[in-house]
Amino acid sequence: MSDLQLRSVAKHYGAVRAVVDVTLAVAAGSRTAIVGPSGSGKTTLLRLIAGFEAPDAGEIVLGGATLADGAGAMVSAHRRRIGYVPQDGALFPHLTVAANVGFGVAGPAPERARRVDELAELVGLDRRMLGSWPHELSGGQQQRVALARALAQQPRLMLLDEPFSALDAGLRTATRKATAQLVTAAGVTAVLVTHDQAEALSFADQIAVMRDGRLAQVGRPMDLYLRPRDEDTATFLGDAVIVSALLERGWAECHLGRIAVDDTERRGAARIMLRPEQLQVAEAPAGAPERGTGVVTDVDFTGHACLLTLQVGGADALAAPGETPAPLMVRTTAQGALPVGARVRVTVTGPAHVLGSLA
Amino acid sequence: MLVPLGFVVWITIQTGWSASIDLLVRPRVGELLLNTVLLIGIAVPLAVALGVALGWLTERTDLPGRRWWSLLAVAPLAVPAFVHSYAWVGAVPSLHGLFAAVLVSVLAYFPFVYLPTSAALRRLDPALEDVAASLGERPARVFVRVVLPQLRLPIWGGALLIGLHLLAEYGLFALVRFDTFTTAIFDRFQSAFNAPAATMMAGVLAVCCLGMLVVESATRGSARYARLGPGSARQAPVARLGAAGSAVALALVVAVAAVSLGVPLATLLRWVALGGAKVWQQHEIVPALMQTMGLAAAGAVLTTCAAIPMAWLSVRAPSRLSRILEGSNYVAGAMPGIVVALALVTVTIRIAPPLYQTLATVLLAYLLLFLPRALISLRASIAQAPPELEKVAQSLGRAPLRALFEITMRLAAPGAAAGAALVFLAVTNELTATLLLAPTGTYTLATRFWSLTSEIDYVAAAPFAVIMVALSLPLTWVLYRQSRRTAGR
Repeated sequence: MSDLQLRSVAKHYGAVRAVVDVTLAVAAGSRTAIVGPSGSGKTTLLRLIAGFEAPDAGEIVLGGATLADGAGAMVSAHRRRIGYVPQDGALFPHLTVAANVGFGVAGPAPERARRVDELAELVGLDRRMLGSWPHELSGGQQQRVALARALAQQPRLMLLDEPFSALDAGLRTATRKATAQLVTAAGVTAVLVTHDQAEALSFADQIAVMRDGRLAQVGRPMDLYLRPRDEDTATFLGDAVIVSALLERGWAECHLGRIAVDDTERRGAARIMLRPEQLQVAEAPAGAPERGTGVVTDVDFTGHACLLTLQVGGADALAAPGETPAPLMVRTTAQGALPVGARVRVTVTGPAHVLGSLA
Repeated sequence: MLVPLGFVVWITIQTGWSASIDLLVRPRVGELLLNTVLLIGIAVPLAVALGVALGWLTERTDLPGRRWWSLLAVAPLAVPAFVHSYAWVGAVPSLHGLFAAVLVSVLAYFPFVYLPTSAALRRLDPALEDVAASLGERPARVFVRVVLPQLRLPIWGGALLIGLHLLAEYGLFALVRFDTFTTAIFDRFQSAFNAPAATMMAGVLAVCCLGMLVVESATRGSARYARLGPGSARQAPVARLGAAGSAVALALVVAVAAVSLGVPLATLLRWVALGGAKVWQQHEIVPALMQTMGLAAAGAVLTTCAAIPMAWLSVRAPSRLSRILEGSNYVAGAMPGIVVALALVTVTIRIAPPLYQTLATVLLAYLLLFLPRALISLRASIAQAPPELEKVAQSLGRAPLRALFEITMRLAAPGAAAGAALVFLAVTNELTATLLLAPTGTYTLATRFWSLTSEIDYVAAAPFAVIMVALSLPLTWVLYRQSRRTAGR
């Protein structure tokens, strides 16, 4: 069990700066997800930790030992004892499942076989599968083998590079859960790289959002979801309703009405964020005030949910003259669906988050 | 790798400009040049026409027994070109000159066009032809406007290969008494050792080869011919030949099979029958077979080992340097055996005399000549081994070099074996460089066959030819299977 420290790590390829000044601490035994859009540098960061690439600057320290510093000192990948599970599992096609799992295990054959058995049981692989070839397994089984293979060498750190993305939706959730439980039970520190924010939020104790080679924000999943630092992070982690507002002692005035916010100090103009699940709609009673009242302009029914598009009126003091506020998206159940053209009243539960304040 | 290329430049400088001009601007050189141009100008288009026609008949028509005809169209590859020639001269002793040269060249080499063309015909997306038909084109016009342009790459590639073989071949033309640069250089080298005239002509020959490579790469174009869009193509429709069409087509394929396979086999069998059991008791057969096997195995191992780092570099760390290295290999591989041999003779005599006429020099010549064969299949199979696997092995504690051998090279082993088999076969049938470079007392099947043929002892030569054909058959079969498999059937 080791803790991982990245200190001002940087890597560039020619003029492309893939990783810029990344500082991150991963506690021993914890699970961290690095999440970001494709091309944000998250896979490069993972390869730097694994030792497949050398950083141009900065330090990578695992369990107190320096693995790489920008000056050129570098422990090679095969001496790091860092487990690595790539996207498609990357099982060795010329080896059986048992030989794959036992690849990193040293020692005499009987002991290795015992360890392979142990691991197969740990990851929930049928013993009969040990003699099969990788191509005979399903995608989910292949991932389990890849996981067992990485766990076999009792790694100090486990790197998971989008290991669930090739699986279909149901299997993805189950495999993700099983993996999270496994690495925690094995007491292995884990770092997951993914572009899927739901996966990151559900897997990790700590999330690091990466953008353009930098860490935009690092924190606990709940904190990041509810209190993102900026609009990009807010929308990357989930659907968000972002509106202009005037702040005053913990309250915001906007075209949705008067809403509580999580910052009691700030005053004046600001952007505030609500998650769609904080908004509820109901048919507007006659004579309802214009602020906070809207008209349904579109209904998108997808079965388990119904996404309403609203045009909320209300002369917004903050909007420039003639500007119509952006349409509002509200999720409801099928039963709560309203027809296009219906007048609705929008209510908000919970405080809105003021963007730009510290999480 | 650059030895043969450097050799050409160096010889020109050594000889001096005016002396070079004197040696080159002679009626004899003009005559050889004319012969070469005529040979290539007539034989290559004929071979292309024959290869494409057979490709279309066996792939796109309801020709009866087309799978068999397709196999028979590949089979002439199992017979070395000089054995083709030997068979024809044996059957028709008066055969000689340009006509004979063109006839035997076309029969020996048309499979080089047939193989890639038929594979491409199988892969073509029939939707394109459907669209052309829906736009109002007659079937014949569809073939010319849609199908033929898509066959450009295989036709160009096959034509280049034939052209290079025609420039390099010695035995075929020597037997039908048709003079090319290669035969002239050989004669000159044998009669007046290392005469400047021979090396200058080798320079001209090398320039001809380079010129062909340049023309081919300049006219090949960079258009994309693969199917666009997702999904896989339907199977191509089959054209109905009708009774009269079938008869004509059958007559053609039967005639081609008869002259390209029937004549060599019948002649060989006739000589073997004439010789009876006695010719098989020649005491040279077993030593020649052993020496050939030894040379071929050593050449195959050496060439494959040399190809490993180069193939790995060009796949995993492509850079300008690795591309230049790889490119110069292909150029050296395109050089006729006689040019490579002369270059090595000159270099060993001037720089390292102890190496002259040693096994090492012969093996070096094989390396230079056949490296591309090993490189191509090794490169393809290394490219198919995902680099991620090597990384995973490293993360599991294998040192980089060990990960490379335990994973990537293990996965590339079939490709390496295929490449080694190609080199093995090439060495088995190699004549020119072996004749010039082998230490005294070295007799391979090909050189023994050649010396017996030169003594007009066709009967005694027959067993050597039969063994060479028998050794080539499995590989020809593999080539045929492979061309079917790339088409996914």
